[in-house]
Amino acid sequence: MSDNKTFLYMLPLLIFFGLAILLYSSLEKDPRLLPSARLGQVLPEFSLPSLYGEKAISDQSMKGEASLVNVWATWCPSCRVEHPVLNQLAEEGVVIYGLNYKDDPVEARRYLERLGNPYKKVIQDLSGDLGLDLGVYGAPETYVVGVDGTIIYRHVGVVTLENWRSILLPLYQKAQIHSPSKEAIP
Amino acid sequence: MIVRISCMVFIFFMVSLSARASMEIYEFETAESKQRYQALIAELRCPKCQNQNLADSNAEIAKDLKARVYKLVNEGRSNAEIVSYLIDRYGDFVTYRPPLRPATWLLWFGPFALFFLVGLFLIWRTYRVNIAPESDTELDRERLEKMLSRHAEKTITPED
Repeated sequence: MSDNKTFLYMLPLLIFFGLAILLYSSLEKDPRLLPSARLGQVLPEFSLPSLYGEKAISDQSMKGEASLVNVWATWCPSCRVEHPVLNQLAEEGVVIYGLNYKDDPVEARRYLERLGNPYKKVIQDLSGDLGLDLGVYGAPETYVVGVDGTIIYRHVGVVTLENWRSILLPLYQKAQIHSPSKEAIP
Repeated sequence: MIVRISCMVFIFFMVSLSARASMEIYEFETAESKQRYQALIAELRCPKCQNQNLADSNAEIAKDLKARVYKLVNEGRSNAEIVSYLIDRYGDFVTYRPPLRPATWLLWFGPFALFFLVGLFLIWRTYRVNIAPESDTELDRERLEKMLSRHAEKTITPED
């Protein structure tokens, strides 16, 4: 009887602590970060012009090496912030494809001329169709893509040296040893 | 009174603003496809915005998604196909009516489970309240009788 009562009296306190823990743990979470629906899938089929008028870039032509796919545009201020980091990574030998998302090609070329071009190739997505197929909902976004074209990770927001070291680099290294999909092996 | 009128004017202004914001001019061949388009953009959620449907949002991505929904409706795709097309790309976040799967069980059944548990608790409490006073009076009567008899003993003893 009295045990029961003590429990009842304790209940509000317990609920309070439960809520406090729940709310506190969610305090630092950013509700704007969405998990990609494309994780574990191969890149959607596409064939789009390169920003520099070379032959078209397709999902097939990107296979064979691990890469980062960086969604950027000249209208995106945060892209400017992460650009020096991308330049540095490119110097270190990281393969980065640019996805120039809904942008003016002339402006885009001028931007790369001025700030440096860290990209192996730049895919020109004028209409944003590839972006839509990837589930892009803003720039910058950076995808880690495996040797066989599998999407391993999506990073939303600015790439910094800190999150490169702690999150993206380990995944990029994993992407390099990611074996080609099993169907390909006879 | 003045406050009330100015509030109404303000609300009217806001409503007309939001109505204007979501004006995109799309031509539909049939009234049915127009209605489908409008129903879809009302229940699909803008991925960039925290809590706004495509119809109300003016974000770039919402415009793109509306254009895509328009295209898919005109291609004659079914509502279910269009919703799963977007879920494939943007995840469950993109719809206000997420599909039923283990990860969304809590979302779908949570409220009913909570309702059931609270119901159980209320029944338990009502039941307990009905029983408890009786036993208390029972106990009280016992105690009272004991005290009375002891008192009777005490009052009697000195006279003996």
